[in-house]
This record gives sequence, C-alpha cells and structure tokens, in this order.
Amino acid sequence: MKLTGAQIFVECLLKEGIDTIFGYPGGAVLPIYDALYNAPLRHILVRHEQGAVHMADGYARATGRPGVVLVTSGPGATNTVTGIATAYMDSIPVVVFTGQVPTALIGNDAFQEADIVGITRPCTKHNYLVKDVKDIAKVIKEAFHIALTGRPGPVLVDLPKDILNAQTEFKYPEKVDLRSYQPTYEGHPGQVKRALDTILASKRPVIYAGGGVLLSGASNELKSFAEKLGIPVTLTLMGLGSFPGTHPLFLGMLGMHGTYTANMSVTNTDCLIAIGSRFDDRVTGKVDEFAPYAKIIHIDIDPTSISKNVRVDVPIVGDVKFVLKEILKGLTESKRKKDTLSEWHEQVKKWKDTHKLSYKQNDKIKPQYVIEKIYELTKGDAIITTEVGQNQMWAAQFYLYDSPRQFLTSGGLGTMGYGFPAAIGAQVAFPHKTVIDIAGDGSIQMNIQELATAVQYKLPVKVAILNNRFLGMVRQWQEFFYEKRYSYTCMDAAPDFVKLAEAYGAVGLRAEKPEEVVPVIKEALKVNKPVLMDFRVDREEDVYPMVPAGQPLNKMLLV
Amino acid sequence: MRHIVSVLVDNEFGVLSRVAGLFSGRGFNIESLCVAETIDPKVSRMTIVTTGDDQIIEQITKHLNKLINVIKVSDLTAEDHIERELAMIKVNVGEKDRAEILSIIDIFRAKVVDVSPKTYTIEMTGDGEKVNAIIELLKPFGIKEIARTGKIALARSQKTK
Repeated sequence: MKLTGAQIFVECLLKEGIDTIFGYPGGAVLPIYDALYNAPLRHILVRHEQGAVHMADGYARATGRPGVVLVTSGPGATNTVTGIATAYMDSIPVVVFTGQVPTALIGNDAFQEADIVGITRPCTKHNYLVKDVKDIAKVIKEAFHIALTGRPGPVLVDLPKDILNAQTEFKYPEKVDLRSYQPTYEGHPGQVKRALDTILASKRPVIYAGGGVLLSGASNELKSFAEKLGIPVTLTLMGLGSFPGTHPLFLGMLGMHGTYTANMSVTNTDCLIAIGSRFDDRVTGKVDEFAPYAKIIHIDIDPTSISKNVRVDVPIVGDVKFVLKEILKGLTESKRKKDTLSEWHEQVKKWKDTHKLSYKQNDKIKPQYVIEKIYELTKGDAIITTEVGQNQMWAAQFYLYDSPRQFLTSGGLGTMGYGFPAAIGAQVAFPHKTVIDIAGDGSIQMNIQELATAVQYKLPVKVAILNNRFLGMVRQWQEFFYEKRYSYTCMDAAPDFVKLAEAYGAVGLRAEKPEEVVPVIKEALKVNKPVLMDFRVDREEDVYPMVPAGQPLNKMLLV
Repeated sequence: MRHIVSVLVDNEFGVLSRVAGLFSGRGFNIESLCVAETIDPKVSRMTIVTTGDDQIIEQITKHLNKLINVIKVSDLTAEDHIERELAMIKVNVGEKDRAEILSIIDIFRAKVVDVSPKTYTIEMTGDGEKVNAIIELLKPFGIKEIARTGKIALARSQKTK
C-alpha cells in the first residue's frame, strides 16, 4: 500500500518506539499534523518552539530515550536553534523534524522559508534535507541511529511540504548502513592494561567523571570501580548523579564553583582518571596548572575530546561502560592492598572536614537554605532541573544526587530558560515523580510561557524561584571583578510571580522570611498542580567557593 | 607546519559546507582546497592544505573523521606522496619577448594553450614551488591574469619487487 510522506513519518516514529512528541504546528507541517490526528502518539503542544526542544531534551536526559520535536518551517525552525545548540553541547539525543517550503520554492525566499539545515549544521551531530519521498524512512532511521549511538547528539530532519504529500510504498529499513559512521565502543586492550598499571602504581588517585557516564549508563560500573580500589570521585556539573552524592568517597563537584576538597584533590593527585568528561574550561581553570602532578588517563567515546585541552598520558577511545567493565575484569587479578591509599584518604578527609560547603545565615532567606530544605523535604528523590547562573550552582552544591538522570542542567551552552521546559519534559516522562526547577527570577522569565503548557497537560511541575531581582551570577562577577558597578543586572520590574501563576491557572506561593520557606515547600509538594514558589532571597548572596576565570583550581575564593 | 590532508567524502550536496564550516568554526586554517568526484561517483576526494602544530593537525583529522559524511582521512605529509598543482598564466608577449618566453616554457615543460596577438596563456603543472618559480620568471613580461588550482595529492604506491 502506498502512504504519503506524512503518514510514513508517523509510521517511522511508531517503529522507533516513540510515544511522545513535543511540537507546534504551522503551514509547512500541516500534512504531518493531519496524519497525527488519529495516530497513537502523544503530542504536547508547547507555547514556543524553543520550549519544545528543551522539553524533548529534558525528556531524553530523564529517560535515556530520544526526545522528538516537530515544528514548522521558517520561524518555527529558527526558534529551535538555542534548544538544539543546548542539546549538542551536552550530547543529548534529540531528533528535530522541521517543515520546509515545497522543494520547488526552496531558495526563493518563500513565505516562512529558512535554510535551517544550513543554520544548524554547526550545532547538530548531523542533519538532513529530504528531497525525495522514497528517502524519508531511511533518513528517519539514520537520524535516530546517529542521535543515539557513539557520542549522542541532536539530529535535524528538514521535510519539504510536497515531499510530505507525495506517496510511495512504505518499508522501514531493518538496519542502518553508514560506512562512514562506525563509533568505537571497545577500548584498546593494551591501553586498558596501561591504564590499570598506572592506577595501581598511584598513591593519590582521583576519578574525575562527567556526563559520559550517564550517557553510557555506567553508574554501577563507576561505583564498583571506585569502591574496589577506594578511589575518591569528583564529578563535573554534567556528571552529578552518576556517582552517589552521599557516598563517602564522593568529593563533590570540581571546577569554578567546585568544593574545596574536589579542587585540592585534583590539584594534588598523582593519577587523574577522567571518565566521560572533557576538560571544559570551567572545570580546569588555568589549563597549565591543572592536575600538575598527575598522570592522566582519559576514557571517552569521542576521540576529539581526547588531548583537546589537556595532554593525556593514557588515552582510551571507547564507551565508558565497556571500558570500565574491562578494567574491572583486570582488577580481579590484581593484588593491591587496601591500605595503600590510607594516607591519601586521611588528607582528603582533612580537606573535607575543614572546608565544608557553607553559608552565613542572617535574618533573610538564604538561597542555599532553600535548596537544603527542598533536599530534605523531597528526601533527595526529586528530579531537579536548573536554569543557569547562581541558581544552577547552588542546586549543584546543596542538593545531593544519588541517582543517575536525576539532575538536568544546561552545562555546556549554559542556556537560561532551559530548566522549566526541561522539567516539563521530565514530568511528561515521569508523571508521578516530583520534578522541581530551581530557577532565578531572570531565567524563569525566558520561557515562562510554558506555564500554559504545564497547566494544559496537568503536569504538576514545581518551580522554586530564588528571587533576588538581580541577574545574580553576572552581578557577582561585577561585584568581584568590576568594582560593584552593577551595569544592567538589576531587574527591578519583576512580575508578581504569585499573581502570574494564578493568571495561568497554576498555583503561586511566596516566602519572604526564613521561617516561611519550609511551609511553602511543603504546600507546593502537596498540590497536584504546577506551582511557582517565589522565594525572596538575600539579594547579594554570592556563590562560593569560586575560582576566578583563568586561575588555577587551588586559588579559590572562599566564604 | 604545512600538511596535506586527503579526505574521501560522500558525494552529496552540503558536504563541502560541513567541511568548510568545521574549519572556520574551530579556527583551523585552509590554505587550499580541491574537490572532485573519484572513480566511484558516490565518493569525492577533497585535498586540503592546512597548517598547524601536531596537536592541531591531530584535532583536524579527528574532527574530519567525526563528520558523518567523511569516509576516510589521511595525512599525506606523513607518508611518501606525489603532489601537483595546475596554473594557467596569461602573460603579455611583446615582439622581442617571444623566444625568451618560449624557452622558459620549454625549461619548465609547460604548454601554451591559447595565443592572441599580444598574449600567451600558459598551462603549468607541477609542485607548488615549480609553479611559483615560473610565475617569478614570467612576471617581468607582465602577467595579466592567473588561475591556480590548489594542491592535489596521492600517496605513492608500495614499491614491491
């Protein structure tokens, strides 16, 4: 039987096991929307296409399954770009389908035409313009394959309207045949052995793990590896949750706003084991003085990540889970004594005991206190998303993440406006879990319109706004490095978030004094509706520790 | 250091843009770039001349390999290879200069491919230095126009008995 391109699109998604798409209709994708009318697929109608991509991204991060987006041509497509770039920087499998003007009009400056394949070439893992209805099934199959395998990432497929209306026989390809795309999963055995020897010879080893552990599903392997050898673990922002935050071997996050213990440990280690992490500038500080005494082992599926910023002694290209399993196999034969690291453990404990994360309570609400209370009242079990800035750093420091895929944040691109739609995406995937976006008053206004989406689909997402009426992180930099010249960082005309929530049909709550914080959180957790919590926090609270940009990690500004 | 990177790619629209975008987006240099179909019409060969230290060249080859449409990347600089460049040079010829110009052409084993009363168009093939040398020698006569390809290159075959 012959199907139209639009019907083939729907069939392909079903074959891929997709049950939810996030989208926004328009002229060029009308054929698909018509095919969706009776299809067994859930479509979440967003309020802005950027929101759709962040939702699909949040859905993907929370589940490990691909997030799917459907938008129209021109402005619909261009509105997805920030979302795509966000997913690209953090290696998140999102597949974005954009409508396009009919092939005969491409290049004609037609109504709602944009060269979205050209625009997104640098921020997708790969993208396609489909020019023949016979290619749709093959391209969609490839798109999902590429998005999910190797180092994952977003893929965009541009579908001209005439292709969606044309007909052809539908046959979904059994497998993908891409001779030029064969990711390496197995680490080189010789390198694995060299890594093992280096680790066993070390006296002050540290594991520095990142988002790759989550993407690879290797949390259990990471835990066994760390526990078997008693190696302390620090995580990047993207890696939080891949190793239990409450584990005695956990050092906290490292980097610009990392813990004292993590940064000192990395500076003094003689063997740094980088696992699925990419030596981002926010992690390394001054590159020349990063882990200066260490032999560095780097396990990563993406060869371009290796030796990009920092020289590596033992590179291993491969899937983190696979390589860790090989290392664990090698360990069964090793005869290392447990107490060889006792001196190192003592040193680490000293750092931990003398420099805990802290803040000074006064008569105002401290943002850190809000997060501590959210942690207690959700028993550490909520899915937390963040916006970007101070809210993000405090959420990383003061909530301890014990499970993978529990903490969703825009680490690479640093996209304000990410957290709220991402929380909606996570809530769509897990309707019965508590999902909380830790936000600032600046960030939340970047995608506040999605509150209508949450209300429409009865998604009880909670938003904790740490409201300081500043763009807090930028203000902090101005305080430290620009003599407190608060140039355009003060947002004096914030909306009344309680009334705003009510206007959307959600619930608004406010806390102005420290003693009001707990009742507000308790109330929010009780309500089965979207809730905006407006916490009026101490306006000029800073994030500590802080390594000023370009400084080595051990040069921290402390509380 | 200069490197000649030979890249086999899918012969599809947009691939050149992906490669060029990779170089511009990551701040790598392109000195010259030649693209043409290979014996397999589904595959094109790009010959890219680029500069950078070892670490940069390593990143360039890794990033090229990462592009979905790239089939194979080889850095020819590291192995024995042949490189050629083609130039077409339109030079003024005065009455008295003809013999001298023709002898230069002869020495370089170049060819005259178009003649007008006042100009010769010369086809010159060789490695880059040779092309530069003939241009230097022709300059005094007055070069009107030049069109130069970038370098193309192939690895030498294994010489077995």
